[in-house]
Amino acid sequence: MIPGATVIDVDVHNHPASVEDLVPYLDDHWREYLAKTAFAGPPDSAYPPAAPNTGAAPAEVLGDRTRLEEAALGSGDAERAVLSCTYAVESIHNPYAAQAMAAAANDWQAREWLAGDGGGRLGASIVVASQDPDLAAEEIDRVAGTPGFVQVLLPLRSAVPYGNRRFRPIFAAAARHGLVVALHYGGSPGNPPTASGWPSYYAEQYAGMAAIAQTQLTSLIAEGLFDLLPTLRVTVAEAGFCWVPQWLWRADKDWQMLGREIPWVRSPPHEYVRRHVRFSLRPIDGPTDPQALARVVEETEPIHLGSLLMYASDFPHAHGDDEDLRFLDLVSPATRDRILHDTAAAWYPFSERS
Amino acid sequence: MALHVVGTLDELPPGTRKIVEVDGRSIGIFNVAGEFLAIRNRCPHQGAPLCLGEQFGVLESDEPGRYTLRRPGEMVRCPWHGWEFDLRTGQSWFDPERTRVRRYDVKVGEDGRQPGPYVAETYPVAHDRTHVYVEL
Repeated sequence: MIPGATVIDVDVHNHPASVEDLVPYLDDHWREYLAKTAFAGPPDSAYPPAAPNTGAAPAEVLGDRTRLEEAALGSGDAERAVLSCTYAVESIHNPYAAQAMAAAANDWQAREWLAGDGGGRLGASIVVASQDPDLAAEEIDRVAGTPGFVQVLLPLRSAVPYGNRRFRPIFAAAARHGLVVALHYGGSPGNPPTASGWPSYYAEQYAGMAAIAQTQLTSLIAEGLFDLLPTLRVTVAEAGFCWVPQWLWRADKDWQMLGREIPWVRSPPHEYVRRHVRFSLRPIDGPTDPQALARVVEETEPIHLGSLLMYASDFPHAHGDDEDLRFLDLVSPATRDRILHDTAAAWYPFSERS
Repeated sequence: MALHVVGTLDELPPGTRKIVEVDGRSIGIFNVAGEFLAIRNRCPHQGAPLCLGEQFGVLESDEPGRYTLRRPGEMVRCPWHGWEFDLRTGQSWFDPERTRVRRYDVKVGEDGRQPGPYVAETYPVAHDRTHVYVEL
């Protein structure tokens, strides 16, 4: 937490403690299916239980609003938090089972997290079966009107890049309802987590996620998604941010050279990022010298990173980077306010609830 | 101004080009569908041999997957950085946002793109029944 600051935390994890949490929100068929078959919901967790960055919070904390609020937001500094329910329904091959589990996760969030949230302190993420964009769009339409849902969560990994035409229904539904689309670390679409095949270690997969984020953003821009959906807003969550300038140097230059292939892309990629993309703060993947990190945030071209970052704790996941937050005292007061609060306040469709 | 013979009509059929030296200047003569256009063989950006670049039409798009090609062959692309120059006017077309040199009024062009900061020199070309002339 940041002493004395009013903060919006855009990445706090809630998660069903077990599939049992969702049973009340499933219909008879899927309850029987869970009870009588080997199916037990999504098999994947993006966070191996024993990995240091998985963090120490017991699963039941993540499934209980009161306890999570106490653990993650307990100091009272956080004005609001955006919940990132990374329930990995994209790893379920049966599309209707995936859809049913996504819907149950959303109804669970609506009832257990949002309904009793008197101050409207929490925003939640709609879980969708991203492998079936039509079903995902239906689910967005079904729950978008529930107060408290502020974004649609897509796992950063997908079977083909998200700019592909097949995914348009998801982004169109989000834009139609004024929701942010979060591309959040993780995902189990079935293909390898690197473009060169399967790595051997979790450490490789975690570090490689920044490259996937670049691939996804390049795809969204190149396929003209932001031209088709001019109000679309995308948050890249838990994928770092210091790679953004380097990626844009290359993307801008390549667009100049190769842009004729994609003539609907009329502005350099950094312009699309400035208008349509923001990044969560954790994990901080910058220089450990806070002065150097502050310079990256304030001075790097072609885009002012300080205007794109939004504070995130990533609770309960641990990145050992609390010390790195010292850079916040070395950027301008306006940049600090943007990162801690103002950018997120304008980005998410928070609503006051009673 | 003087007319300089730069070649015979036979050696410049439609779709071809010829690079000539006139008064110490390297100039590209292009036959675009029977019309002769001349532009200096020096990119105003960093001096690349502009007239060695590929010719293209003006490509427009209103949405992903929809293409409209107009004015075939009337743009030449610099071989070094891919920026396009209009063979008729020498006007460059590329990303104006990246350019801090704002010496020209930025206005939206006919296809929604904006003119870049550079203009390559162009020259009038004439021909009779046998020879092609450039005027400078």
